[in-house]
Order: sequence, then structure tokens, then C-alpha cells
Amino acid sequence: MSIRWRRREGLHALLWLSPWLAGFAVFFLYPLLATVYFSFHRYDMFTLEFIGLDNYRYLLHDPRALVAIKNTLWLVAFMVPVQLVFALGLAQLVTRLKTGAGLFRTVFYLPSLVPLVAGTVSFVFLLNPATGPLNEALRVIGVSGPDWFGDPAWSKPSLTLLGMWGIGNVMVIFLAALLDVPRHLYEAAEIDGAGAWRRFRSITLPMISPVLMFSAVTGVIYALQYFTQAMIAARVASGTTDSPGTTFVPGYPEMSTLTLPQWLFYAGFRDYSMGYACVLALVLFAASMVFTLVLLRRFRGLDEEAGVR
Amino acid sequence: MRGTRARRALYWIATHALALALAAMFLAPLVFVGLTSLMTDQQALTSQLWPHSWNWDNFAEVFERSPLLRWLANTLLYAVLGTAAMLLSSIPVAYALARFRFPGRRLAFLLVITMMMLPPQVVAVPVYLIWARAGLTGTLWPLILPMLLGDAFSIFLLRQFLLTIPKEYVEAARVDGCSDLRTLIRVILPMARPAVAAVALFQFFYCWNDYYGPLLYASTNLDNWTLSLGLASFKALHSVQWNLTMAATLLVMAPVIIVFFLAQRVFIEGVTLTGVKG
Repeated sequence: MSIRWRRREGLHALLWLSPWLAGFAVFFLYPLLATVYFSFHRYDMFTLEFIGLDNYRYLLHDPRALVAIKNTLWLVAFMVPVQLVFALGLAQLVTRLKTGAGLFRTVFYLPSLVPLVAGTVSFVFLLNPATGPLNEALRVIGVSGPDWFGDPAWSKPSLTLLGMWGIGNVMVIFLAALLDVPRHLYEAAEIDGAGAWRRFRSITLPMISPVLMFSAVTGVIYALQYFTQAMIAARVASGTTDSPGTTFVPGYPEMSTLTLPQWLFYAGFRDYSMGYACVLALVLFAASMVFTLVLLRRFRGLDEEAGVR
Repeated sequence: MRGTRARRALYWIATHALALALAAMFLAPLVFVGLTSLMTDQQALTSQLWPHSWNWDNFAEVFERSPLLRWLANTLLYAVLGTAAMLLSSIPVAYALARFRFPGRRLAFLLVITMMMLPPQVVAVPVYLIWARAGLTGTLWPLILPMLLGDAFSIFLLRQFLLTIPKEYVEAARVDGCSDLRTLIRVILPMARPAVAAVALFQFFYCWNDYYGPLLYASTNLDNWTLSLGLASFKALHSVQWNLTMAATLLVMAPVIIVFFLAQRVFIEGVTLTGVKG
């Protein structure tokens, strides 16, 4: 292949990639650099003033930012693992069903399609302490249910329940991976006298680990940008609206549902402290890059093989 | 022999009983939303779960009290234009990444993954300023127009699928003197139909469900509210009871659920595709 020909191919590829390259420059590279630039400034859309590291110093003394970071970490550390284990359990169960497996798969998958806002509004109703069906059911068996979305100790577990209800898409991914594991491996292990747990640990887990890893990384990234469900739950449970000019205390109840992206949104687009919002954005960026790198390492190795397949 | 048969029967009963119980729990929220949407306001204030009378006109009242049709029209505008723009821009990019050989193709692919994984809030401030300068804040255009420049997730998914189409097809077309564009349209796209359908559906649903985007750009202008924005404020804004709120919720869910039952296979295949092994 001559150099000239390769150069032509390169230019040709450039032409095909040009829409994406423009998108990369305008909606990724430039905004990232601008975010770093604004983080050293005070900016409210009218005046721009260089203030050095003041925004960064403020972060350390902003109680709401610290609570928001803590809440986001809670979601990463608890909600994501609970959702993944639950999805894997559901998928395992479906593989064992001799009758109606397809129907059950559909039922478990369906809630993941329900629009986030609609699903969250529904859960605030279902779990409302006064007339909600869940506490009503608990009363029947003699348990007095908690205040769910109205109690700071229960609001994040309530969001986790909502997340488990909508985990069907991950369940479908796991199910496909489980069905891909060659049956003869299990048969051989059974002949060797391996128990169910042993077979799961030594065959199932290693065989599905690439899929598991991909789902874990994307799950963490989604938890880092967790916004809609927390915001809607807080709004509906506290009875406030999105209309211009209304006041709303974010993170109801008692900031327990305030996540980092939400606080960024309030700082930047309601208080117009845009420089400070950029500092919060960089914190979010750093956290997400750690997990993105895990994924990049995997795809870097596999890409070439995949190319010649 | 009899022992293993009895054990097998017990196993069958245990797994199916568990699956049934879980299925009931998965469906219960939807059932209660449906039941509550048919109650009177008075009953919605109580904890009785079964409607005394079936108030089908609750649904009509939702339309009377709120500009639901306007929200629907805005949502459709966002979802339809956003999906069309995404397909137009992302398919060629995915094809180039999957099939062209050029220096930097691996780097380009890694950058696509990085963009896919970037939380949108990270670049929110500068991107918002771009649209503010263009005078487009207060509308849904800041959400639709960027789709003309490709969507990282769709590019990623399409590229993974296009790699599974044997190269020989492309080479054969090339030998026949087909240009790349013609090869893509005539040879590749018909084979990639499941993947294209999947990314189109995902994009449509993403737009339909999006709350963060419309909140950021359109919440200040009531004329451009979407279903997500409207539903989020429905109960407080229209000071109504749970019955009407649940009726509105059901109306927002219904199209999605209907589309799912019409195109179930596309969804399940598409989701499986997102779990890609690389």
C-alpha cells in the first residue's frame, strides 16, 4: 500500500467522520477547556472576574456540596451494587424457568421503559405514608411503614427501590450473557461433583465477567449523573413546581436526595454562580474519568481483534 | 429415579412460585397507578385501594386542566427530529469507524467511548452559554441541533454491530465499483436493520423521557414544556389529588408501553446489543 494511497484513505475517513469531529470540538473539547477556564472566575453571564482559586476554596466550605458528594457516593456504593446483584439474580431465575421464561422476561423488563418522571411520580404515590398502597399493605401484616420519600433516612433507600424496579434492561443483558455460557462446562463440572455455588463461582462469574464489568462501569457512571429521579421525588414529595420564579429547597427532605449534578444545576442555572458550578463539574468529571479509564483499557486491547473478525 | 423426579418437580414449583411473586411485585405499581387514576378525588384522599366507582372522565379532566396536548406536541417534536438527526449523522460515522483503515481510528473510537461516558452536566455551563449566545435558550433546539453532529452512544452501538458484518460484503461491493456511500446504503444498511432500529428506538425513548435537558433549556418558557416537565409539576401546579396525577402519569406511560408491545423483539435484541462483549 503506497503512502499516497494511505493519505487519500485518511482524508476520505476524515470527510466521513467530520460531523462527529465537529461535535467533538464544539460539545466536548471546547466546553471542557472552557469549564477549566471559568472555574478560576466569578461569572454570572454578565460580568467575568478572575478570582484565582476562590471557587475551589469555597467548595471545601460549602456544606451543600459536601452533602451532595456524600449522597452521590452513597448511590455509587449502595444503589449500584444492589441493582446489579438484583438484576443478576433475576436473570439467573429466568434461565431456570422451564415454563413461561419469555413472559417473565417481558414482565421484568417492562418497568425499565416507563419514563423516569412517570415512574418516580408513581413511586412517590405508592410509597406515600398517608394513603399509599405499600404502607397500607404493611399495615395489614402489622408493620407500620416509614415515611419513605419524606424521611431523610429512607429517601435514598426509596430511590433504590425505584431503581430495582427499573433494572430490567440490565437483567436482559445478563440473561443473554448467561445463555451464552456453554452448557457442557456445567455438565462437566457436575460430573466432577461441583455444587451450585462452586459452579456459579468457577464457571458463571468468569464467563460473564466482561458483561458484568461493562454493566458495573456504566451503572456507576449513571449513578454519578443521577438527577431526574432525585429531583422529581423531592419536588413531588414537597409539592413544588418547575415554573419560573418558584422557590424550591433542593434535596427534600433535609438535603438527603441532593446529588452532585443537582447542586451543580442549582449553583449554575438558578443562582448563576457559573464559575463555582464549573468547579463542581470538574469534580464530577474527575470521578467519571476514573471509571471511564477502566472501560477504555478494556476496549484498547480488544479493538484490533474485533477489527479483523 | 423417583427421588430425582420428585426433586425436579419441587424445583419447578419453587422457581416458578418465586418468579410469579416477583412478577406480581413488578406489575403492582402499574396496577395501583391504573386503579387510582379511576377514583374520585374524595376516594383518592383515603387509603382504600379499589375504586368505588370507575371515573373514566378523569382522563378528560387531565386534558382540560393542563395543556397536555401542547406538551405532547413539544415532546414529539424533540423526539422525532432528535432521532432523525441522530440517525443521519451517526450511521456514516459508525460505518467509517468500523470499516475504514486510517491512522488514528483507534484513538477516534476511544474518544467516542469517552464522550459516551461523560456526564452531560460536566460541560453544561459552556454549552448553555453557546445556546444563550445563539438566542436559543427557552426552546428545545439546543437539544435537537447537536444530534446533527452525532450521538456517541449510538455511534458506539452501531459500530459494534457493523463489525459483525463480514468484510467480504464490503470488498465485493468495492470490486463491483460501488462507492462507499452506495455500499453503505445498498449493502450494509439492509443487513444492519436490527441495530439501526434499536438505536432509533433508544434515541426516541431517551428524548421522550428526558427531563434534565428540557429543564435546563425550556423550563423558563411554559410554551415549550415537554411531557416530562409538565408531569413533574402536575400535582403542585394544578393543585389536584393523586387520582388526576395518576391519570396524567398513565397517559405519559401509555404510548411507551404500547410501542414496546408492538416492537418487543427490537427492544430485547437492542438491549442485548448494549451488553456488548467488545
